[in-house]
Amino acid sequence: MEILMAILVGIIFMSATYLMLSKSLLRIIVGTGLLSHGVHLLLLTMGGLKTGAAPLLGQQAEAYSDPLPQALILTAIVISFGVTALFLVLAYRTYQELGTDNMELMRGKEGNE
Amino acid sequence: MNNSLIVLPLLIPFITAIILIFFRKNIPVQRLLSVIGSVLTIVAASFLVATVYTKGIQTTNLGNWEAPFGITLVSDMFSALLVLTTSIIALVCLLYSFHSIEKSREEHYYYPVLFFLILGVNGAFTTGDIFNLFVFFEVMLMASYVLLAIGGTKPQLRETIKYLLVNIISSGLFVIAIAYLYSIVGTLNMAHIGMRLNEMGQSGIVTVIAVLFLIVFGIKGAIFPLYFWLPGAYYVPPAPVMALFGALLTKVGVYAITRTYTLFFTQDVAYTHGLLEVLAILTIIIGAIGAIAYSDVKKIIIYNIIIAIGVILFGISSFTAEALTGSVFYLIHDMIIKAALFLLIGIIIKIAGSSNLKEMGGLINRYPGLAWTYFLAALALAGVPPLSGFIGKVLIIRSGIEAGNYWGSGVVLMSSLFVLFSVMRIFINGFWGEAREYKNEETVPVKRLLVAPVILTICAVLYGVGTEAIYPIISLAAETLSDPEIYINAVLKE
Repeated sequence: MEILMAILVGIIFMSATYLMLSKSLLRIIVGTGLLSHGVHLLLLTMGGLKTGAAPLLGQQAEAYSDPLPQALILTAIVISFGVTALFLVLAYRTYQELGTDNMELMRGKEGNE
Repeated sequence: MNNSLIVLPLLIPFITAIILIFFRKNIPVQRLLSVIGSVLTIVAASFLVATVYTKGIQTTNLGNWEAPFGITLVSDMFSALLVLTTSIIALVCLLYSFHSIEKSREEHYYYPVLFFLILGVNGAFTTGDIFNLFVFFEVMLMASYVLLAIGGTKPQLRETIKYLLVNIISSGLFVIAIAYLYSIVGTLNMAHIGMRLNEMGQSGIVTVIAVLFLIVFGIKGAIFPLYFWLPGAYYVPPAPVMALFGALLTKVGVYAITRTYTLFFTQDVAYTHGLLEVLAILTIIIGAIGAIAYSDVKKIIIYNIIIAIGVILFGISSFTAEALTGSVFYLIHDMIIKAALFLLIGIIIKIAGSSNLKEMGGLINRYPGLAWTYFLAALALAGVPPLSGFIGKVLIIRSGIEAGNYWGSGVVLMSSLFVLFSVMRIFINGFWGEAREYKNEETVPVKRLLVAPVILTICAVLYGVGTEAIYPIISLAAETLSDPEIYINAVLKE
């Protein structure tokens, strides 16, 4: 199971890298979304995928799944939500101001002489 | 022993930031509250340094959970000193902001965001939990995105996009690194990780993770070849924000490298620290090339940040008590003096109306105070003996030579020359020569703006002159770094 997940995460990282290297700003943002998906899945996988009950004490099971990675992922998810929201708004504002979403055209001339 | 004093340098900026949000339109109240908040932070940080000096490493288990299970805040001498330096720089940048930031920026949550930045930096220095370090990094980065974008001019928007993208990627890598580390050691407490890694001994996967951590913190701290985002991003914000970034943000990356490479990855030193050493030397070279290449004052100081990071990391990579002492000395010196220089060139740019050296000249006649403060700060940066940059570099170079690393030490020594040349070029072109007419000169309140950098320059001079007095404190910090057992025992209390 871990091997399957590792391959999946690898494919996600591959797509994210490809998207982030493209010219269009929106594709880059989609790439960062995929990257954070991959990261969260990896965190879940590396915590171990052995079968066990959901970490609720009411279940009264023999074994539970590891609760710590789930808490870490929850934290990482809200953080990446915040950052992605900021990134989207910033991209919108930049499009309004600069009139382009092409990263190649977002070069600054000042201070580079 | 639980000591609530550790929490205060985090709690005071946090509460100040929250209160400031409610006074958005009332700028006098914002200014008053922010000065009170930052002065209180300095007082708390000074008490913390004094307590750590007399009683040893202070730890606090949040929520009374025993050490490896809850989040532990740890204040050893190294982090206490960095917290104090951060608080002082915050106050000084705040004083400078009062006279230089426009009203439109002040009304859009400039001061609250500034305090969130201080919270993030102080938290990153104080935490004893690797995931909590990630969270504080994000607090700091989020605040820095906003500070970079606030005002919304075209260059700012453009560079914020790039800065944001680079940091999203490096944060992703940070979580990946934590995931790998967690699957090996099964704990997140930094002292506990250090202990478990030492028990495991040398293994290939730990070395891989060590390099991954170096990449993550290298992006944050701008080492070669991961410095590419820094010159653009630091070029666009206004002077006080630039000073905060230049003094604090990259140094948090340096702190994190120092912490992980002295506490976690001490098994395969030949490889990991060897790699760090090579990268540090290349960082110095790339910084020196940039510093002498540009005739733009901002770019010159920005590349000087990169040189300093290289010098500090070269000391860390030597991994002897003496070199570590030198690095701690140099780190604190560099935070103070970089903030001072950014604030000074902020004034120069305001007067000249341009950051290009070719459009300046003859400032010394009308602004002797500015000129001599800049001259002192420049000499301190280069490490001229009575001033602050001297002792750190001497210790780093001496231990490098003792270890037989003549090339590395030679590069560090040569870098001082390039640093001196680059900052003196600003002095010679900007302050000497023929006086010019500047358009907006009368509107700049030079005297009031000068207060902040003068305070920092005085700190730098005292830091240099009083080396003998400060030495025991700094060597205490280096002692914890060179012997991770002290840190681990203080946290886990066997």
